[in-house]
Amino acid sequence: MKPVNQKAWLLVVPVVLCVAFSAILPLMTVVNYSVQDIISPERRVFVGTEWFKAVMRDDDLIGALGRQMVFSLAVLAVEIPLGIALALAMPAKGWTSSAVLVLVAISLLIPWNVVGTIWQIYGRTDIGLMGAALAALGFDYSYTGNATHAWLTVLLMDVWHWTPLVALLCYAGLRAIPDAYYQAASIDGASKFAVFRYIQLPKLRGVLMIAVLLRFMDSFMIYTEPFVLTGGGPGNATTFLSQYLTQKAVGQFDLGPAAAFSLIYFLIILLLCFILYNWMQRVGTADKTEAGHG
Amino acid sequence: MARIELDLAHAYGPNPQRDEDYALLPLKMTFEDGGAYALLGPSGCGKTTLLNIVSGLVTPSQGGLSYDGRDVTRLTPQQRNIAQVFQFPVIYDTMTVAENLAFPLRNRGVPADRIKQRVGQVAEMLDMSGQLNLRAAGLAADAKQKISLGRGLVREDVSAVLFDEPLTVIDPHLKWQLRRKLKQIHHELKLTLIYVTHDQVEALTFAQQVVVMTRGKAVQIGTASELFERPRHTFVGNFIGSPGMNFLAACGAADGIEVAGRRLAAPKAALSGLGAFTLGVRPEYVRLAAPNEPGAVPGVVTQAQDIGTYWLVTASVGEGVDPSLLRARLSSEQTIPRVGETVWLSIVGEHTCYYVDEDLIA
Amino acid sequence: MELMLKGIEQRVGAQVHLYPLDLRLVPLAVTVLLGATQAGKTSLMRVMAGLDKPSAGQVLADGQDVTGVPVRQRNVAMVYQQFINYPSMTVADNIASPLRLRGAHTAAAIETRVAELAAKLHIEPFLKRLPSELSGGQQQRVALARALAKQAPLMLLDEPLVNLDYKLREELREELSALFASGESTVVYATTEPTEALLLGGYTAVLDAGELLQYGPTADVFHRPQSIRVARAFSDPPMNLVEGRAAANGVSLPSGLSLALRLPSVATDSAAAARTVGIRASSLRVQGRDGDLSLPGSVELAEISGSDTFVHVDTAIGEVVAQLPGVHVFTLGSPITLYLNPTQVFVFGERGELLVAPPEAHSVDVS
Repeated sequence: MKPVNQKAWLLVVPVVLCVAFSAILPLMTVVNYSVQDIISPERRVFVGTEWFKAVMRDDDLIGALGRQMVFSLAVLAVEIPLGIALALAMPAKGWTSSAVLVLVAISLLIPWNVVGTIWQIYGRTDIGLMGAALAALGFDYSYTGNATHAWLTVLLMDVWHWTPLVALLCYAGLRAIPDAYYQAASIDGASKFAVFRYIQLPKLRGVLMIAVLLRFMDSFMIYTEPFVLTGGGPGNATTFLSQYLTQKAVGQFDLGPAAAFSLIYFLIILLLCFILYNWMQRVGTADKTEAGHG
Repeated sequence: MARIELDLAHAYGPNPQRDEDYALLPLKMTFEDGGAYALLGPSGCGKTTLLNIVSGLVTPSQGGLSYDGRDVTRLTPQQRNIAQVFQFPVIYDTMTVAENLAFPLRNRGVPADRIKQRVGQVAEMLDMSGQLNLRAAGLAADAKQKISLGRGLVREDVSAVLFDEPLTVIDPHLKWQLRRKLKQIHHELKLTLIYVTHDQVEALTFAQQVVVMTRGKAVQIGTASELFERPRHTFVGNFIGSPGMNFLAACGAADGIEVAGRRLAAPKAALSGLGAFTLGVRPEYVRLAAPNEPGAVPGVVTQAQDIGTYWLVTASVGEGVDPSLLRARLSSEQTIPRVGETVWLSIVGEHTCYYVDEDLIA
Repeated sequence: MELMLKGIEQRVGAQVHLYPLDLRLVPLAVTVLLGATQAGKTSLMRVMAGLDKPSAGQVLADGQDVTGVPVRQRNVAMVYQQFINYPSMTVADNIASPLRLRGAHTAAAIETRVAELAAKLHIEPFLKRLPSELSGGQQQRVALARALAKQAPLMLLDEPLVNLDYKLREELREELSALFASGESTVVYATTEPTEALLLGGYTAVLDAGELLQYGPTADVFHRPQSIRVARAFSDPPMNLVEGRAAANGVSLPSGLSLALRLPSVATDSAAAARTVGIRASSLRVQGRDGDLSLPGSVELAEISGSDTFVHVDTAIGEVVAQLPGVHVFTLGSPITLYLNPTQVFVFGERGELLVAPPEAHSVDVS
C-alpha cells in the first residue's frame, strides 16, 4: 500500500495551536479549578469531588436550572410553530420573496446586547412604545417590578429575535418540496390543512430537527439579552443558568464551585445535543433508505 | 370517463410570429371516451405541456378544450375531476397504503364503509391487497407508483387518468409487470387514459392510438401498426422502431429509380418521374437476397451484432458513389454473414416507403 | 489497465453491499455490469475507482496493490447518470480541466486536444457555452469528453444514458461503442437493461443482490446463463419459468405435459428432483413444426411494440409470454396454440444451476 502523503498534517498545526490556546487549555484550567479550593491565588487545596457534590445540593443553582429548563421549553413551544407559520406565509417566487426574506432576517443581524437595550427601552412605561401603550390600556405593566411581566418580556424578546431563524430554515425546507406533491394533493381534493399535515410537515422533519437543536442549545446558554434587559431581576426571577454561573465565578470569585458547575453545564448541553443528534441521524437514515428503494 | 376535444395552441410569449415561438403549434385532436392514448416524442417536443393543458395545470394561450362538450379551459384539475400519475411516486409518507388510497374519497366526504369497499376493490386490481396496512413510505418504487395510480382509480367519477412518464424510476423487468397491469385495468374499467412517454415500446404497447410529436407539432396520430408500417413523416419512421427506419437517398431515372448507386425497377410508376426523394425501409423488412435479385442492392458488412433474440447486421451500400449504412434485422435461425463479406440486401418491397421533403408520398 | 479484484467485500454497518467476489477485467475491453437497482453495481464501481475502501479483499491494477489508495492518486475517469460538469466553466474549460491539472501540456496542445474531442462528440458549436445552457444529451457529451480527455487507463460509466430519452440513448450508445473500440482504456459500464448489454457487446458481469453471478463474453452469458438468477437478470422480456420434475425421458411439466430431452444426471438428486424449465419468449411460435410441443391456451393480453408482438397466453403449464415478430392482432380470450421446440429450452436443476441450454446457431464474434 502506497504511503499516504503526510504533509497535509502540517497545514492543520496552526488550527491545532489556536484551538489549544482558546479552548483546550482553558478547559483544562477549569477542570483544574473544579477540584481545588482556591482560598487565594497562592493557597490552593485539593478537594476532589467536594465542589461537584456541593453544586448538586445548591438550592440557588437548582432554582436557576429549573428556570432555565422552563425558559428553553417555552422558547421552543412558541418559536417553532410561529416560525413554521411565518415560513408558510412567505412568498415563494418573484421580487416579493427577496424583499420579505430581507425584512424577516433583519432582527437576526442585530448585536445581542443591542437587542437587550432595544427591549429595555421598549418596555419602559415612560418612554417605551410597548410600555406606554400597555400602561395607557390600563395594565399595571412593569418588567422591573413584576416577575411574571419580566418573564413574558424576556420571552417576547427572544421570540422577536430568533423566530426568523426558524422561519428561514423552514422556508428553505418548503422550497425543496417538488411541485408534483402539491399538484397531486390538489387533484386528490385535499384541504389546505391536509396539505400542511400530510405533505409539508412530514417533509420538514429534517429541517425542524435542526431548528429545534439550534434553538434549544442557544436558549440554554442565553446570557446577554436577559442580562441587559432585566439584569436577572426582579430578585432572581429571570436569572438563568449562565448568568448564575457568571455571578458565582466573576462576581463572587468562587472559582472552585463555578468551575465545577461549568463542567456540569457543559456536560448537560453535550448530553442533550448527543440525544437530539442521534435522533436526527436515525430519522435521516430512515428517510434515506426509503429514498434508496425508489 | 369523458371524451376530450382539443382545439388550441400554446405559445411562450404574447405575440407568436414563427413556429419557434410556439410550445404547441395549433392542433385539433379528440380523445374518445374510454380510449387509451399515448403522447410520444423526444424531450422538449411539447408532450408534457399538452398533458398539463389537458389536466388543467397549464392554461393554453390560444383556443380551448372541452370534456363531453363542456368547456373546461378555465377549470382547475380538481374541478375537471382528473387523476394524474407523475414521473416519481407521489405518496403521503405518514400514511399506510390503505390510508393513501382512501385519502381522495375522505376529502370528498364519502361514507366510511363505501371507502373501505372501494379501497379493497382497487387494492385487489393492483395486487396490493396484502400490503394495505404497511407504511407506504417503506415500499419499493413500483409499489409506490401503484399507490399513486390507485389514488386516481379509487374515485368512481374520474374523467380521465393522465400519466407523465410514470415508469421512469422503475426497473426493466418490473416495467413489464406494470405495463401489463395498466392494460388490464384499462380493459376492465374502460377509463380514458392518456400516457406521456419518450419510450416507443411503452407507447406502442400501452395505447390504442399514439400521437407522435416533435417540436410542438403532432406529426402523426395512429395505431401501432399504422405508425410502424406507414409512417407519414421521416421523423416517425426514425423515432419508432429500434433501430429506426433506414433512409437512402434516391432519385427517379428513365426506366426506374436510382438508389445506393444501383438502377432498380420502379416499384411505382410515379417514382421514375421524380427528382430527388428518400427511400425508407425498416431493418425488420430488409432481407438477405440472391445476387442481382430485383429490388436488392449489394453492400459490405461492417458489423454483425448478436442481440440475443435476433442479429443486427450493418452493411455499407452504394460504395464509391453514395455510401450509406443500411441495417438489417435477421433472425438467429438464418446464416449470419460475417464482417467484410459482400451481401445482397432486398430493400424494395411492399413495406418500403417513399418520402419527398420528409413527407410520405407513396 | 488490467484490473483484478480479489475477495472484495463491502459491508456498511450491518448491511452487506457486496458479498465476497473475484473478478478479472479483460484489459482494453468493455465490461458491462448488469443488474437491477441496488444490485451492487455502483458499490462495485466505487471500489474499482478508489472512492470507497472495501471491507475486505484487494484491488490490483496491473499487478500492483492499490486497495485503499484514494481515487486522486489513481488514474481513473468516471461518468455519472446526472450529467456532472463544472457549472461555472465553459464547455471548453470543462474538457480542458483534466489536461490542465496534469500540467504536462502547453496551452496550444490543450486547445488542439479539446477541439479534437469536441469534434468526436459533436459538441463543437457549444465550446463557449456554459453546461446549464445545453440540453441533457449535450451535457452528457461534455462529461464524456472530459472523461476521454483524461486518457485514463480505466474508464467507469455509471448508467450514463439513463436520464436521456430512448432515441438519444440509441444514438449515444452507438457513438460510445465506436469511441470505446478506438480508445486505449479498459471500460466498465453499468446498466439495468439487458438490451443495452447486448448492444454494447464486450463482456458482461451479472450482479444480483450484492453477488457476482457470472462473468464472460456478453453473448455467452446470454445464451448460457449459469443459474436461474442470471437467466432472470439477463432477459428482456422476462424468461418464462415453469416448475417441473425430472422424469425418465426428460422433464415432466404440470398438467401431464412432458418435454423429451436428454438431461445430464445429477448424482446428488433423487429420481424425481425438481427441475425448472426456462423458455425465452422468442422461442415460442404460432406455427408448429415436427417434433414441437404444442401448448394450447387462451390469449390474455397482446402488446404490439411495432417490430414485435408480445402475447400473454394462459396455458396448461401456467402463464407464458411469447414474442412474435411482426404485428399480430388477437382478440382477448380467443384460443391460441403455441409451439415449442424441445431443444430450445433451458433446464435448471434443484439448486438453480444450469443443466441444459439450447445449442447456439452461430459462434460468437467478439470484436
